[in-house]
Amino acid sequence: MATVGPTRPGPIIALGGIAYHAVTLLGDFTLFSLQTLGWMARRRPTPGTVMPSFYLVGVRSVPVVAITGMFIGMVMAVQMYNQFNKMGMATRIGSMINITIVRELGPVLAATMLAGRVGSAMAAELATMRVTEQVDALSCLGAHPLHYLVVPRLLACGLLIPLLTVMADFMGVMGGAFICTRLYGVEAHYYWAHTAYFVSMWDVSMGLIKAFFFGCAIALISCHRGLNSQAGAEGVGRSATEAFVLSFVVILVLDFFLAILLINLYDMFILKGMTRTFL
Amino acid sequence: MIPAKTPLISVQKLGMDFHQQRVLYDINLDVVRGETVVVIGESGCGKTVLLKLLIALLKPTAGTVTFDGKSLADLNDAELTQQRLRLGILFQGAALFDSMTVYDNVAFGLREQRKLSEREIADLVRQRLLEVGLPASAESKKPAELSGGMKKRVGLARALALQPEVMLYDEPTTGLDPIMTDVINELILQVRQRHPVTSVVVTHEMKTVYKVADRVIMLHPLARLQPGENQVLYDGTPESLKKSNDPRVHQFIEGQARERLQEMASATNT
Repeated sequence: MATVGPTRPGPIIALGGIAYHAVTLLGDFTLFSLQTLGWMARRRPTPGTVMPSFYLVGVRSVPVVAITGMFIGMVMAVQMYNQFNKMGMATRIGSMINITIVRELGPVLAATMLAGRVGSAMAAELATMRVTEQVDALSCLGAHPLHYLVVPRLLACGLLIPLLTVMADFMGVMGGAFICTRLYGVEAHYYWAHTAYFVSMWDVSMGLIKAFFFGCAIALISCHRGLNSQAGAEGVGRSATEAFVLSFVVILVLDFFLAILLINLYDMFILKGMTRTFL
Repeated sequence: MIPAKTPLISVQKLGMDFHQQRVLYDINLDVVRGETVVVIGESGCGKTVLLKLLIALLKPTAGTVTFDGKSLADLNDAELTQQRLRLGILFQGAALFDSMTVYDNVAFGLREQRKLSEREIADLVRQRLLEVGLPASAESKKPAELSGGMKKRVGLARALALQPEVMLYDEPTTGLDPIMTDVINELILQVRQRHPVTSVVVTHEMKTVYKVADRVIMLHPLARLQPGENQVLYDGTPESLKKSNDPRVHQFIEGQARERLQEMASATNT
């Protein structure tokens, strides 16, 4: 006798399901983030919990961030030199490369690299702790998982990813300068003079402010995915993948909105102030 | 003064669903001070879920768990943390912290309390490790370097370090050889002799039941119950377990799978 299988939901029901899941996830993530901030304010984490996270996020990431930054600068120099040279503006290439690095590519690519390196590792570690009941054990021994596991990672990412971005910016600037001045023969004096004229402290700060938000997003997303992992090796693997994909998407979305916000802030306060002083 | 028979743990009309799957329904259970209650039942009947509900690692979808007169559902985060410290738990896989040594694992709860000096913590850790038969040479080992039996013993030492009033054991002998199974059973008895603890043991190892239990409760998977039947098939002493009139109790304690094999065969044929 033929058996009747379960009826498949229609497209509207399926869409509703996806929307419901997305809203639930967003609500849960918001609550998770607020509770983490609450724990951060309530009780200071001990050096024993903070230092391993700082070491993992900071020290262990230096080589990969430095190499990424250097090649960003070098690739930009290779791609831009021909165009600028054709227009007879080869000496001005430094301003273009460096402003792009410190405002956009340095923070975004460093954060993307760290989302892959640090975010996935955090999610996998916490997911393994979840499925092996180590997170439950923490709760039973008087430690709150948010305070013990999430706060140190949030501090490490929020404080150290901007510092790693400084490293990426520096290596990118040096990589670009090396290719332009040594390989293509651009006069170093004009290269640096144009850079100094066009790249301000605000441009560097804008990149670092973005990096701070990217760092916090990576930590919160990765920890949230890790602590909500499904059971088994598949669940742990999925958490690590989701942590990277979600972090990457959020980095790009945040980059867009932060760029608009920071440019408007610059126009409203800093540029207006400078104009007033000038007049 | 609390009367002797006042339950320390009281479970009323407890129910637990995961998504749309009901695991526990209408469970009522009282555990009095000093008692050792062993919960038995087939895999998937909700034994571990019940244990996690007792220590508030899960929130019930129905009913209440009361510990020492206070409903766990009414406690805030800080109160719940304090209440949990009165209970120790030995997890099924021991749940030792991978990144820490044996010493740090046992010292973890004591350090989190921030009440004792490092020297006092060291004395307590060594004392607990000796109680579970682990030498000082094991202190510096990481969990990955330990055998299954050693992990369980470290897990027990870690739970005992905080001197809990209640010890919860989640399948303490699963995956261990017969000798180590007996070692763990003896340790459960020794813990009860040395410390005035109330114990709840979840297991399907009948040797453990007969060795440590004052009282046995048998749960049955909800999906296999007849309509209107109670999920608790048996609640009584281990001595009278064999005298139960319920054939399902006998099938479980004697490990008879005939009926289950027939069901599986008919399910495959359809």
